[in-house]
Order: sequence, then structure tokens, then C-alpha cells
Amino acid sequence: MSTAVASLRTNAANVRRLLPNWVWALVFIVLAILYPTIINAMVSAPDDLLDASIQTLAYVIMALGLNIVVGFAGLLDLGYVAFYAIGAFVVGWLGSQQFADVNGGNGIHVLVPGQGLSGPTPGIHINFFFVIFIAATFTALWGVILGAPTLRLRGDYLAIVTLAFGEIVPRVFENSTSGIFGIGSTDFSNGRQGITPIDKINLPWSNTPFSSLDLEKYYYVGLAMLVLVIFFNIRLRDSRLGRAWIAVREDEVAAAAMGVNLVRTKLWAYAIGAALGGFAGVFLGSVNNTVNVDQFEFGLSVFILCMVIIGGMGNIWGVILGAVVLSMMNRFGLPKLNGVPEKFGLDFDVTSVNFGIFGFFLLVMMVLRPEGFIPSGRRKLELREAEIDEADHIGAESDRQVYEVRQA
Amino acid sequence: MEAASIPETPAGVPPRNRAAQWVGENILWVLLGAGLVVFFVQDPKQTLDDVKTGLSNGTIWALIALGYTLVYGIIELINFAHGEVFMIGSFVSVSIWGTLGATDQTGLGAVVGAIIVGLVIAMICTGALNAMIERVAYRPLRNAPKLAPLITAIGMSFILQNVGLLWRPTPDSAPDLIGSQADYFSIFGVPIEHSDVFAVIITVPLLVALVWFVGGTRHGKAMRATAQDPDAARLMGIDVDRTISLTFVLGGLLAGAAGMIYALYNGTIQFNQGFTAGLIAFTAAVMGGIGNLKGAVVGGLIIGVIQSISDTHYGQVWTPAVVFAILILVMVFRPQGLFGEETREG
Repeated sequence: MSTAVASLRTNAANVRRLLPNWVWALVFIVLAILYPTIINAMVSAPDDLLDASIQTLAYVIMALGLNIVVGFAGLLDLGYVAFYAIGAFVVGWLGSQQFADVNGGNGIHVLVPGQGLSGPTPGIHINFFFVIFIAATFTALWGVILGAPTLRLRGDYLAIVTLAFGEIVPRVFENSTSGIFGIGSTDFSNGRQGITPIDKINLPWSNTPFSSLDLEKYYYVGLAMLVLVIFFNIRLRDSRLGRAWIAVREDEVAAAAMGVNLVRTKLWAYAIGAALGGFAGVFLGSVNNTVNVDQFEFGLSVFILCMVIIGGMGNIWGVILGAVVLSMMNRFGLPKLNGVPEKFGLDFDVTSVNFGIFGFFLLVMMVLRPEGFIPSGRRKLELREAEIDEADHIGAESDRQVYEVRQA
Repeated sequence: MEAASIPETPAGVPPRNRAAQWVGENILWVLLGAGLVVFFVQDPKQTLDDVKTGLSNGTIWALIALGYTLVYGIIELINFAHGEVFMIGSFVSVSIWGTLGATDQTGLGAVVGAIIVGLVIAMICTGALNAMIERVAYRPLRNAPKLAPLITAIGMSFILQNVGLLWRPTPDSAPDLIGSQADYFSIFGVPIEHSDVFAVIITVPLLVALVWFVGGTRHGKAMRATAQDPDAARLMGIDVDRTISLTFVLGGLLAGAAGMIYALYNGTIQFNQGFTAGLIAFTAAVMGGIGNLKGAVVGGLIIGVIQSISDTHYGQVWTPAVVFAILILVMVFRPQGLFGEETREG
């Protein structure tokens, strides 16, 4: 199998070399822009597919954010959903009627159509394109706050602490129906019902919000956000900070000895990773028209981690591929398979066990191909190097014979 | 506790500083103790009742926490799927009672028989399941970086949770075989319920048996040797792979027993009970010092008490957040736990 993969990779590399990188980038962008037109022409029910694609764009952004923390900086974060939750709640607060009492019930409006049928709409309403950056800043701040206590932890302890944060954040939102921790009396979340409806996206220079039936517009907003994020990711990866992340991931002590500031480097990873989570959270909150605590379960953190791992930790293109494949499968592929278990006399929906299926992928991938489909070259070397280094670790198959001195 | 502080204390430090240092190092325990005293002074009867509920509930966490601590002690892996093994234990025992036709109307002798059969079969199933998990998900990754088996563990946990989801899609009720809400007797005005007595009666013999097994048998000795130094253990003729499997079996047996007790103690079982229970029990294991058997039991009891006090004073909605906050505090400020020694993570 490995030779087949190797030859495939050589062929792929040869094809890639036919054209310079910027041409490839252009080709993909043009394809992405034409995508709604293409599926309109080719598929009989394009709305389903387009809806799944819109969700996918948001998941790709989240996967890229998590990739910064897990792939670049090597900090296993199992609570990434917390940042999605914070971002989504920011749009819930700044783009709905949640705080109906502000400004004497007249509401605050920034570049949004402010007049309802009966006078000004109450609540805070800020244009979506400002909210995404407000939310990104706010979640980045929370990334630092939640990341700071974990700086001294490594490996599995770090993973569990981030998991605990990921569980605490949604619960805090859920229970903050009358102030937070009993302070104040503002309702921040409507409890389990969540905040709904969320303002529709409208362009800052236009006064008409997108209709919820007009999926193409949402798609283009998401695509623009994604292109921005990919550009940002590539520039970051090659920057001084990006190289510092990789150095910290490979060997913390050596990195520190070379003058890398560990605290600052790790906190930047948390902050930027979190900011992208918030970025995607605002978009999803707005698209789904509701912000609801049930959306932010642990399974989602693992789902996004699964995208990063299956695609190839640390490789931007791999992560994008992983996210597109898994998210499209989740939103579009699995529902199509719902009838299959019935044919075998089983009574359940495939969609209800989606996390089990992704868990299975995670397991198989980790055992058979831990570096992912499109591995980052460095990351792969690290994984292999660890294998060589720890060859004398417990239970190694290779040295089992040598030590076999058991009594017969 | 003492063992951890001795090497850090220079010989000539005056006693007053040493006391301050002790408080500094044990600030979490000092705060928890102080909190308990404050609550006790405010409302002695309620607090005693909470402590009772917490201790009997804590025995379940202790049994699960032992599984985490046994496995972590031997291969330094957080067996993330352990909570799900516990859930399967609950499911198996309830199914067994369904098959046997045991209900709350069944006579005493038959009930005792049904409980024993349910306990034994649940334990066998979970023990085998845990060993299988090790074989499928962890053994192929012995040489991989440490995070790889953690990720497969998460995958395994999701698979099992979905098996549970298919098995019982909605919360199910267990037959009330022990009349769990009925009072036996009361001490200082605190009623002791059937369920409290039941949890203790099942747990204590298991703990004694475990201590005997780990401390007093050849296999236990092999486990301790492997935990200390796997390579040296292999050189001494210990079959390390088999010892690790045995450890997983032991952890699984205890999780199965915990699952059976949980089903009768709480009366309801559902497919996602394992996730929360697993995290709570893991908190308990870390609190007691992961890798330390005594620590896991004490940690389980402490977490049980913290939960029941939090239920009373802050409401049940906040209790999970309280437990997770404690998990974070312990892992960040005292990763070696109550009885543990400095870990590599610290």
C-alpha cells in the first residue's frame, strides 16, 4: 500500500509543479466562486447541497483554527467548542433582541435596518461584518484567559483541562439566565431555549438583509471569510511566530534555549485559534438563526479534532480537505444513508450515530496512518522519529523475542 | 503529602515558615476543609445528610476512579473509554434483570440472587470489554507518541457511546430491587437509606479484594513491577503485555460493578451517563494522585461529598461546572494530587 501511496504522491507533486502556486490558488478560488452555479446546473436539488456547503465553510474555518493550536503549536485542545460557543453567543448578544431594554427599549443599531413594523427594533443590532471582528477579538481574549492556566501542563493533562473548559463554558451560558454566577440579573442566554432569531446578514452599505432562502449570498460571505482565513493561516505559518510554534511543538526546551518565549508563543496560538473559532461561531449562529447551548457538545470538539487529524495535523491543505470531507459527509452524505440499516432489519438512523462513525475513523486513522491523508512533512518525521526514539518503550514488538526469558 | 513536601523544605527553615509553606502547598485541601466546616456550622443536619449522600455516591466514583488509576499507573494513559465501559455495565445488569424477570415485587431471596447474577455477568462483560479495548485501540500504539492512544481512546469512547445509544435510545429505568428510597435507620437524625447501605455493602468487599490482589498475589506483584519499570519487569521474566491486559480486566470488573450499583442507586440509566461519570471519576483519580489506589478511593469520596454539597447550596445545574472547575484547579496547581508523588506532567 505504501508504494502505491508514494507513487500517487509523486504524481500529485508532478502535477502540482506544472503551474506556479498562485495559478493553482486562482483556479481553486474560481472553482469555489462558480460552485453554486455548477451545482445548480448539475444537481436536481441544489439547496440541500448548498446548505451543507455553507456549514462546511464554517467548519473549515474552525478546523483551521484548531489546526493552529493542535497542528502548529502541538497543544492538544479538546475544548475547542468553547470558542465556537463564545463567538456564537457574541452574535446572539449583538445581533438579536436579547437585550431588549437597552437604550430605553429603542435598541442600538449600527449599519443595520433599524426600523421594525412598529418603530425601532429593541435590542443591540450591529452589522454582521463588525460583529465577526468584535467576536474574534473577544474570543481571542478568552483564548488567552483559558490558555494561561494550562501553560505549565503538557500532553494528556493539557487535553483534559481544555476538555473541562469546553464543558464549563456552555454550562455557564446555559445557567446565566439571571446574571452570571448570581451577579446582576440580566438574561444572557434564555437557558436551554437559546437566543433566536438572530439578525440576518446585511452588507454595510445596503439596507436590505439577506433572505434566508437566498443561500448563495450566505455561501459567498462564508467563502470570503474562508479565503481571508486561509491567507491569514499561510502567512502565519511562514512567519516568525509560526516557526516559533513549530519549534515549541518539536522540542520545548530546545526552543526556549534558542530564545523562543514559550509563554507568549503558546498564548498567541490559543488566542488566534480561539479567534477563528469565534469567527466561525458568528457565521454559524447567523446562518442557523439560533444560538443554543445544545449545539456546543463535547462531540463537536472531537468532530473538529477528527477533521484536523484525518486531514493531516499541521498541513493547511490537509486540514481543509479533512474538514470538507467530514463536514459534507455529516451534513449531506450520512442523511442519504438513513435507509440502509432498515434493509438489514435494523431500526435506527445513520445520522444519530454520526459521532460513533467519526470516532471509528479517528481510531482507524490513528492506528493505520497517524500523520493523516496529506501529512505535513515535518509532522510526519516527528511521528516517525518518536517511534524510533521510543522503540525500547514498553511492549515493543521488535525487542520482544530478545527479552523472552519466561519460565516454560 | 508529607513525602512531597520534605525534599523541598530546606533544613534550616523556621517552623512558622514551614507551616505557611504547608498551607501554601495544600491550599486546595485547606479550602475544601474550611468550606465543609462553614457549611456544617450553618446547617449541621443538612450538611451531615449531604456528607452521607456524598459518601455513598462517592463509592461509585471510587470504583470507576480505580479503573483510571490502575491503567494510568501502568501505562500512563488516560483510558478515556472507561466511562463508557461503566455505562455498558449498567446496561448489561439491567438487561439481565429484565431477562430474569426481577422486579420490585420479587421476594428477598430471589432479589439477592438476581443482584448477584447481574453483578457477576456485568463484571465479566465489562472486564472482557476493557481488555478488548486495550487490544484494539491501545496496544498497536505502544510506541507511538503519547497523544496517539489518547485520541484512539476518545474514538473508542464515541463508538461505545453510540452502541449504548442504539441499545437504549432513551433513558430507561432499572427495577427498584432494593427499595432504594426506604430508610434503614438514622444516625444523628440523618436517615440512612437502603441504597446507601447497598452501595457500601457491594463496594467494600471489592476494594478489599482489589487491595489483596494487587498487594498479595503474584499477578499483583507483576503489575506493580510493570508500573515501576516495564523494561526491567520484562527482564525479570514478566509478560508485560499480559500484565497490562490483566490491569484492564481489573479496571473493567470494577467499572461493571460500579455500573450495576449506579443502576440500582439512581434508578435510571442512559447512554450518555458514562461521559459525565467518567469525567467525575477521573477528577477523583487526579485528586487522589493518579496511579495511587488509596488516593482514587479517597478522591472518589471527596468528589461525592463536594457534589452533594454543591447540589444543595448552588443547585444541581451548577454541580458539573463545580466538579470540572475543581478538576482544572487540581490539575493546574496540584497535579500530583493528595497522595501522589510528582508526576512527569507536574
